[in-house]
Amino acid sequence: MTVTATAAPSGAAHSARVKLLTRLAPHLQALPLWLVMGVFLLIPIATIVMVSFWEDQEYTLAPGFILDNYRDVFGTFVTFSTYVSTLRYALIVWASTLAIGFTVAYVLAFHIRSTLWQMVLFQVCAVPFLTSNVIRMISWIPFLGRNGLLNSTLINLGITDHPLEFLLFSPFAVVLTFVHLYSLFMVVPIFNTMMRIDRSLIEAALDAGARPIEVMRHVIVPLSLPGIAIGTIFVVTLVMGDFVTVQMMSGGQSASVGLLIKNEISLLQYPEAAAHAVILLLTVLMMVWAILRVVDIRKEL
Amino acid sequence: MPEAGVELIAVTKQYGAVTAVDAIDLRIPSGSYCCLIGPSGCGKTSTLRMIAGHEKVSAGDVLLGGRNITLMPPAQRGTAMMFQNYALFPHLTCLDNVAFSLRMRGVERTERRRKAAEMLERVHLAEMAERRPAQLSGGQQQRIALARALITNPSVLLLDEPLSALDPFLRGKMREELKRLQRDLGITFIHVTHSQDEALALSDVVVVMERGKILQSDAPRAVFEKPRTPFVARFLGGHNILECRNQGGALALADGTAIRLDEAVPATATVRLAVRTDRMRLLQDDPAINRLAGDVTAVEYHGPFVRVGLQDKAGNDHSLLLSEADFYARPVALGDRVVAGFQPPDVHVLAN
Repeated sequence: MTVTATAAPSGAAHSARVKLLTRLAPHLQALPLWLVMGVFLLIPIATIVMVSFWEDQEYTLAPGFILDNYRDVFGTFVTFSTYVSTLRYALIVWASTLAIGFTVAYVLAFHIRSTLWQMVLFQVCAVPFLTSNVIRMISWIPFLGRNGLLNSTLINLGITDHPLEFLLFSPFAVVLTFVHLYSLFMVVPIFNTMMRIDRSLIEAALDAGARPIEVMRHVIVPLSLPGIAIGTIFVVTLVMGDFVTVQMMSGGQSASVGLLIKNEISLLQYPEAAAHAVILLLTVLMMVWAILRVVDIRKEL
Repeated sequence: MPEAGVELIAVTKQYGAVTAVDAIDLRIPSGSYCCLIGPSGCGKTSTLRMIAGHEKVSAGDVLLGGRNITLMPPAQRGTAMMFQNYALFPHLTCLDNVAFSLRMRGVERTERRRKAAEMLERVHLAEMAERRPAQLSGGQQQRIALARALITNPSVLLLDEPLSALDPFLRGKMREELKRLQRDLGITFIHVTHSQDEALALSDVVVVMERGKILQSDAPRAVFEKPRTPFVARFLGGHNILECRNQGGALALADGTAIRLDEAVPATATVRLAVRTDRMRLLQDDPAINRLAGDVTAVEYHGPFVRVGLQDKAGNDHSLLLSEADFYARPVALGDRVVAGFQPPDVHVLAN
């Protein structure tokens, strides 16, 4: 009797503790991720948003809540033309990497029969990406320059009698470098999606009388869309946020939003830079949102 | 003699050094239901895919209604294929899946949707028209695949293990439905399967294959009653194989039991015989001929019948299918020594 009488309350307390722990367990398990995300993503972004409302007084930052920074961003023609130029880069680079990425992924996935060759060729695509972006970027300069490899070859072959000026330090060079740097980000997700396409679907389409081009249009392209969407998100966000490539390859003649922010930071205009960063972030998020509205990528993740 | 629907002449398929299909000849009458059956790797699927045009023929000719279709692309052959995993387009609705081949043929939109809807009606899935394949059950997906294959009015429908992915209950239902469709449409069905039940229940012609060759092709009952080789007898099941010594036309088992049979005895030194498991009886007495003695190694209750496993002295396993009533009239138990007997008309000689 006494045993059960004393045991009952402590048992109840014990089971209440267990219940509490059971409820807390998933949250505790998610805590490390929350901490990492908080420290490296949420807090920095919150700080940038906060600073974008601060006041820039000569060489000091005054905490406050003013909209001047945003007024400056939207009020100047420079911002507008910079956005147009950045979006134009993003569009051209996207279209080029998509064309290259889709073609490469298609050949790898559907026309290379042996798994070994598939892997070898895939590595050939991937290995250059083990070197730094900047090195791959710089390596274009001796090739494209006024007295570079390409120009001297063209002159020696008699194709042209004077060096082509548009090759380097031009929008052309910027696009070329972007395409070179970011094509892999298109190849990988598209290849990934294509490898999951059931091969019997292609036979089924052929059985139904589809010509190869119709198989491409009605089967392969629609089923590759999630990969295309993921590649697009990679390429668009990378190009939208870039400043090094644009500065180096345009020879300082072309602008991008990233470059604008970088310049403001080097002038210690942190609030203006923060305001630009917030607008850029929102722009890119809207683009990503638009892509996700069109294509369901959940199955790919 | 009906006009040859599908005719294979010395059709061969080689993958590198491997010969998957070895110069087979086959004539499938038009409007018949033909099952290709055999163990995996026997070449039955390669044969089907060559008829469909999804596999190049290494040598030989494929004829359909007298036309040589060996080199034609799949869609021009007048065949349609139903794939093993159905191969429905996951990004299209069921209606668009069914209408796909009409779309490829340039049939105008309202017309092809109307026809596809009719075809869905035919497979009793009209209400699923706007669903995606992933939202359907296995049996429904299969009916969509069937509708998609049939919409082009093919003269031959090729089915690659169509029932293997379904649960047993659904398999029985779909089997009936396939047979009914084939009868209604009057077209040739060529069906690849590894299930004996399916082949026997469905087909007008059963083609048993092994290692790229056709071992036997005939009506199901003819194949089951008179399997040509030990392989066919074993693969179709339902037979015990007895090996006999031939002493000048008189056959005897290893233990000396004489075997009497109605069929002619070939002149080989050993003769293998097939006796159907359901034609053997357990005996009370011990006759001198047509007997098989052994120990009971298994007793399985199957409802209408009971299977008794029997191992002879030489260690060969045999089976007896006894009706439930017969078995329980004189039940036997594991380890019992029993004698089974059979009648001369039930003994069939196998080719070596």
